[in-house]
Amino acid sequence: MWLEPREHVSVAVRVLAPVGAVVAALALCAVLIAWTGTGVVQAYGLLYQGALGSQFALAETLTRATPLMLTGLAVAVAFRAKLWNIGAEGQLYAGALVAVLLGSGPLELPAWALLPIVLIGGALAGSLLLVGPTVLKTRFGVDEVVTTLLLNFIVLLFVSMMLEGPLKDPMGMGWPQSAPVLPEAELPKLVERSRLHWGLVLAMAASVVLWVMNTRTVWGYEIKAVGANPRAAGFAGIAVNGVMLRVALLSGGLAGLAGAAEIAGLRGYLTLDLSPGFGYSGIVVAMLAQLHPLAVVAASVFVAGIFVGADAMSRSVPVPNYIADVLVAVSLLCILVAGFLVRYRVRLSGVRAG
Amino acid sequence: MTDILDLLASAAFWTATLRIATPYILGTLGELVCERAGVLNLGIEGIMTLGAMAGWMTVYQGGDLWTGVMVAALAGGMLGLLHALLTVPLGLSQHVTGIGVTLLGTSLSYYVYRMVLPQVSSPPTIEPFQPWAVPVLSEIPVIGQALFNQTPLTYAALAAVGLVAWVLYRTPLGLGVRMVGENPAAAEAQGISVTAVRMGAVVCGSALMAVGGAFLTLSAFNAFFFNMINGRGWICIALVVFASWRPGKALLGAVLFAAFDALQLRLQQIVGPALPYQVFLMLPYVLSILALVLMSRRAAYPRALMIPFRKGERH
Repeated sequence: MWLEPREHVSVAVRVLAPVGAVVAALALCAVLIAWTGTGVVQAYGLLYQGALGSQFALAETLTRATPLMLTGLAVAVAFRAKLWNIGAEGQLYAGALVAVLLGSGPLELPAWALLPIVLIGGALAGSLLLVGPTVLKTRFGVDEVVTTLLLNFIVLLFVSMMLEGPLKDPMGMGWPQSAPVLPEAELPKLVERSRLHWGLVLAMAASVVLWVMNTRTVWGYEIKAVGANPRAAGFAGIAVNGVMLRVALLSGGLAGLAGAAEIAGLRGYLTLDLSPGFGYSGIVVAMLAQLHPLAVVAASVFVAGIFVGADAMSRSVPVPNYIADVLVAVSLLCILVAGFLVRYRVRLSGVRAG
Repeated sequence: MTDILDLLASAAFWTATLRIATPYILGTLGELVCERAGVLNLGIEGIMTLGAMAGWMTVYQGGDLWTGVMVAALAGGMLGLLHALLTVPLGLSQHVTGIGVTLLGTSLSYYVYRMVLPQVSSPPTIEPFQPWAVPVLSEIPVIGQALFNQTPLTYAALAAVGLVAWVLYRTPLGLGVRMVGENPAAAEAQGISVTAVRMGAVVCGSALMAVGGAFLTLSAFNAFFFNMINGRGWICIALVVFASWRPGKALLGAVLFAAFDALQLRLQQIVGPALPYQVFLMLPYVLSILALVLMSRRAAYPRALMIPFRKGERH
């Protein structure tokens, strides 16, 4: 048995690879569902109903997809340059923290001024948080995976400290939560009487902007070149460290924006359970999308649907809602294998060419 | 200041330090074995979580403690095998695969725990390992009292340091492991199967990590909590760099780190509410980043770390 690189990969195969990976993941997780004694078809049916089966479900799924889209884009843009930003979770919380700081009182401005300040402030916080690990990587050769991961814990503890200290809402009945942001700092709802807000439009716009950047601008080209081969990019006259820093600002900013938009559009105030791992799920979203910004939109809706649908399913059958986390993790591993099968053909017998 | 000196001279402090160090020793050794063979294993956090859950669940279901340890090692080894299959023969990104393995190990642990125990308000407990005092030796003041009054898994962790060091530096197998991590093409030319050695190293290393996780549920505590590993795996990865990929230094790093952790626990009690407790909880993570920054400049990475090897391809 050996591996043969494919010379041509059609667009159809590229699109089908993630679909195949998802089907494989659903099949593998069926074993876990069957283990609980629940019918697999029934369980997946309930999951689908819970995710997309009604207008309400769809709105919930899109609400959940909004932060995932932004963290997915954050990871996609970083991974394209092979900057392994695993810190989107921390950057999201940093963005949310600054959004609350700016939006809950110190600035009394009309909405057209305050809302952008809150969102941009949140994005900047995320950006700055990623600058540290990136500089450590480019200057000292410190692996950014570990530093960004460790920063997630530090940020979460810092947020906890703030919520129990200076930012604690005096009207919060003793709960560790911040005061709510002013009405002028709120993102308007997209659909009346739902939780869906304009953050979704913002996230989709971001994905289009990134797509244009990737395909039509020098910046996009430089990022791709640095990701493919930093040494070669350096010889070609690209300032590799500068590109890395730019990618870090962009990636951290998107993750920070995810946190700010959650505050401004959905929660209104900050708690320690703002994110059920949006930063980590963003990695799965980005990989399912094969780092393509437009595909991130679809991938985030899929991952959000799994989480929302699994919550609904676990209310009627004895399948723990952690099945969503398992499904997402298995999807990630399956997409990696699928990507491999797209690039290589596995030959079992016959004559080896060359 | 004299308070701190008294503390550092007390047996209780060092007993606690060794207890805190145990999961770090095992996790760091496990990661070291993987990386020495050229494979970064970011699955460590998930593998330790699965080890903690699987070991605890075995005992909770009526198995004895050592069976729990075995099941944990086996479960960790299985996840390691998955990581190895994807990264070694398939040569997939070790970063992304590792994150995937961590997500899988963690979610699978929570899923199984919830499936078996759907409705529990407080986590059920088991009867954990008890300290086992080594006769005579445990009566030596301070050093003996600290070193020989531990639970069996701590002794096992210390023995594992010696074992891994001996295998790596004194046996042909260890030479093979180091070779595939430094120069796989040369190893292959010597007739060593790079694929087999790397996969074996990742499986064994992962089993060690899982036992590190199981120490938490079977020895340090007596129950399984969500978020129990709490970044310990990531800290182990930093400790491997700190240790320059050497087992002896890994032990030193883990013990230093644990001593610092034990110290901050005491300081927290002394300082009291003057500083928020989160400041103390942040210290281990901050310390790990500092250690990485200080050591990375002269870090002697295994030269083939993270570089997939395919027979016949040039690098």
